[in-house]
Amino acid sequence: MSLKSPLGRVLGLGSAKDGTDHWLAQRISAVALALLGSWFVVSLAMLGTVKYGNVIAFLGEPLNGVLMALLCVTLAYHSYLGVQVVVEDYVHTKGTKIALLIVSRFAHVFVAVASVYAILRIGIGV
Amino acid sequence: MAEFRLPPNSRIKKGKHHGKVEGSAKVRRFAVYRYDPDSGENPRLDTYEVDMDGCGPMVLDALIKIKNEIDPTLTFRRSCREGICGSCAMNVDGSNTLACTTAIEAVKGDVRVYPLPHMPVVKDLVPDLTNFYAQYASIKPWLQTRTPPPPDRERLQSKEDQEKINDPSACILCACCSTSCPSYWWNSDRYLGPAALLAAYRWLVDSRDEATGERLDDLEDPFRLYRCHTIMNCTQACPKDLNPARAIAETKKMLAERRH
Repeated sequence: MSLKSPLGRVLGLGSAKDGTDHWLAQRISAVALALLGSWFVVSLAMLGTVKYGNVIAFLGEPLNGVLMALLCVTLAYHSYLGVQVVVEDYVHTKGTKIALLIVSRFAHVFVAVASVYAILRIGIGV
Repeated sequence: MAEFRLPPNSRIKKGKHHGKVEGSAKVRRFAVYRYDPDSGENPRLDTYEVDMDGCGPMVLDALIKIKNEIDPTLTFRRSCREGICGSCAMNVDGSNTLACTTAIEAVKGDVRVYPLPHMPVVKDLVPDLTNFYAQYASIKPWLQTRTPPPPDRERLQSKEDQEKINDPSACILCACCSTSCPSYWWNSDRYLGPAALLAAYRWLVDSRDEATGERLDDLEDPFRLYRCHTIMNCTQACPKDLNPARAIAETKKMLAERRH
């Protein structure tokens, strides 16, 4: 129970002066994903049979490797931005919210780095 | 976490049936949400039979008839009965709307009447709009200038500039839009909601206002503005056919524009 005025409650801690970058990044990464996604779908279709050797040879091509790495990183980034919104929308317990945001960030960076590492291994062979 | 089920003391029980009408062909049934905080009981859904022969065409007419003739304990807000005061905003047949401009004929079957969703209920169909009004006050809904007004006349505005504020100024603050927005349901403590954001936009695009930058600064916040996920329930619900969703999108565009 607090006797703080309704207006005082609404004004709260003030504006974070933030959010536009997040909003822009979500839209720009969506455009990038539309382009990279189309490339990926067309490439898969042209590959014909998805056999291990075929895919390895495909990813071994420098341009394909670069585009595939970009696709994975952009996907992880876009997904992180989306998961952040979901957590902020639905999780209202402060500690849980911050913990989930950090875990989600770690998980997304892990997935991005792991995919780039895999693509590098195929392309350069470590 | 966001709660997806009503707390136990808010779950709606079956209520009483009032006003059996005999021998009339034009009878409509109204299922109305009832809650009395003094009784300590859960909310209930009462049903009323109303003889349409002696009743006006709108849902509000029926509610007034019920209160006058069947059950004087029914509580609701109303004033102008012509869609300009915004008092009788409620949820009719699953949509937020003004009871005074919603025709009973447009509803099929039982006419279900509930208070605006996800707001604290004061009694029956009366929601507590304290936070909603405070959010409106927080966007400083008045003209802010540094240039002093001309000594001999009012501040002038071109016709084209006036047209920009025409629609957003027509908002009657009935709260149909904000209370139809899921994002507002989950985060109304920090998200301003479509009504307050439409009001903010009205001042952002007013050619006479000189606080556009400060207004944008105040709005630029992950919760105050950016909880809008373009669901567009607001525009669909608005009984005045306004477009809060577009106003919010335009505000986001203004914020992006001043960055680059």
